[in-house]
Amino acid sequence: MVEEIRKQFPALSAQVYGKPLVYLDNAASSQRPQAVIDAWTQSVLAGNANIHRAVHYLAGVATEAYEGARDSVQAFLNAPSREEIVFTSGATAAVNLVASSFGEAFIGEGDEVLVSVAEHHSNIVPWQLVCERKNATLKVLDIHENGTLAVEDVEKLLSQRTKIVAISHISNVLGLVNPVREIVAVCHKHGIPVLVDGAQGIVHEQVDVQALDCDFYVFSGHKLYAATGTGVLYGKRRWLDAMPPYMGGGEMIKSVSFAKTTYAPLPEKFEAGTQNFNGVPTLVPAIRFVQASRADADVQKEQAAITEYIYTKLTEDERITLYGTALECKIPLFSFAVKGAHHEDLALIMDKMGIALRSGQMCAEPLMDRLGVTGLLRASFAPYNTLAEAEYFIKCLNRAIDMLV
Amino acid sequence: MSLEEKKQQIIDDFSIYDEWLDKYEYLIELGKNLDAFPEEKKTEERLIKGCQSRVWLDSEERDGRLYFTADSDAIITKGIISLLISVYSGCTKEEIAADDFGFVAEIGLKDNLSPTRANGLVSMIERIKELAGQGRQ
Repeated sequence: MVEEIRKQFPALSAQVYGKPLVYLDNAASSQRPQAVIDAWTQSVLAGNANIHRAVHYLAGVATEAYEGARDSVQAFLNAPSREEIVFTSGATAAVNLVASSFGEAFIGEGDEVLVSVAEHHSNIVPWQLVCERKNATLKVLDIHENGTLAVEDVEKLLSQRTKIVAISHISNVLGLVNPVREIVAVCHKHGIPVLVDGAQGIVHEQVDVQALDCDFYVFSGHKLYAATGTGVLYGKRRWLDAMPPYMGGGEMIKSVSFAKTTYAPLPEKFEAGTQNFNGVPTLVPAIRFVQASRADADVQKEQAAITEYIYTKLTEDERITLYGTALECKIPLFSFAVKGAHHEDLALIMDKMGIALRSGQMCAEPLMDRLGVTGLLRASFAPYNTLAEAEYFIKCLNRAIDMLV
Repeated sequence: MSLEEKKQQIIDDFSIYDEWLDKYEYLIELGKNLDAFPEEKKTEERLIKGCQSRVWLDSEERDGRLYFTADSDAIITKGIISLLISVYSGCTKEEIAADDFGFVAEIGLKDNLSPTRANGLVSMIERIKELAGQGRQ
């Protein structure tokens, strides 16, 4: 039941400007269920100590909670081994880690990296940085009019010099599930590894990294109902072993001397410095929540109903242009423009009606340029959102448009 | 009308509305009624940095007084800049430089915008001061 799920999220009962909060900015960050808040509190109250090194009791509790989260994530992603799960501060940090370390080992002058035009800045800029450093070229895969990736062009864009392909599982603007398995297959035919930015994908899709066969999969905890400052990099062992460390410091070393320092085995090799030992354990109840909501038929039905309802309302309204219209792979994430009404005005007015939306470029300037807009308005739904909230959103949107146009 | 009278007028106009939605309606009306701003004046130099929407501001000096014109692609922002320039157009540079822009706080405008948008408002005020020759460079 959606109502039961809602009760698990204390933040959702808030009132803003005297109106019930309707939180539709889930693609930016989700709210936290009580179990996640409890895990955080538990860690701070009864397990607050630095992990791995010390022999005392609290350090043991903290280490167990932290490493337990690694097991949960491994199972959640169906990763072959726990050593292939590296904790980071978020998806951005994970992409930067791969771009930097993989780039250091495998990208050279004249080489190429392929991304899509629909990527978040976090999956563009780290690659630009490494390309600049190495004198390599960033190539760009386009989208179709309906927002789907031009998958048929992938093979044409690959060359002998392509070293890696970085693509989102689901765009944070278009809300369409990309055929990553197909893209991985094409790239692997040419021996090219693929990084999948799963910041949105992990939230909406059941991810099996072995079935996808991707070489890297990254996501953030805070969009997945866990504590902010948590994130995951899954990488195939053969790549992670071949990549140099990203940062140097404590935890990531085997032995240190001024003559020669050797590195710790995976995954510690990539976890330098004190880790987020209060936050990482919250991934366990967060994953449990995700699995439960996916298994809940009522919740799934409500999500499908919301997607269909919003999709219909936005596409049948002639004043509105929805971007990402391929319904067969649509998740409940809608970015759109309204003729004659600026996205910022709509967001400001609807905020006063209690609705939290995102407006602007959504960290995807190249995509905004490609779509020919200066920004969009986005509503993104989570399993705790109801059809009644979706209806209220449409009602308020119409009222806001009437005020402006 | 003196600067103080103009400010008081805005404070009075705003106080009629209890609800922020009504205040937005008022700003939207102001925005819609703002004089047209020529397209060729929408240059990079006239664009105010720090706003989420695009805002252009221009000034002209006549008989020792500054007259402002402005535009924005977002209507509420346009209403806000319209409100500011209706107060400060026709003032001398000295009057603007000496003013603390406190009436903006008095009508609660800054507090009721999200921090990113409040920054935009601050940027608008800074540009007006800059044009009066006293702003931060």
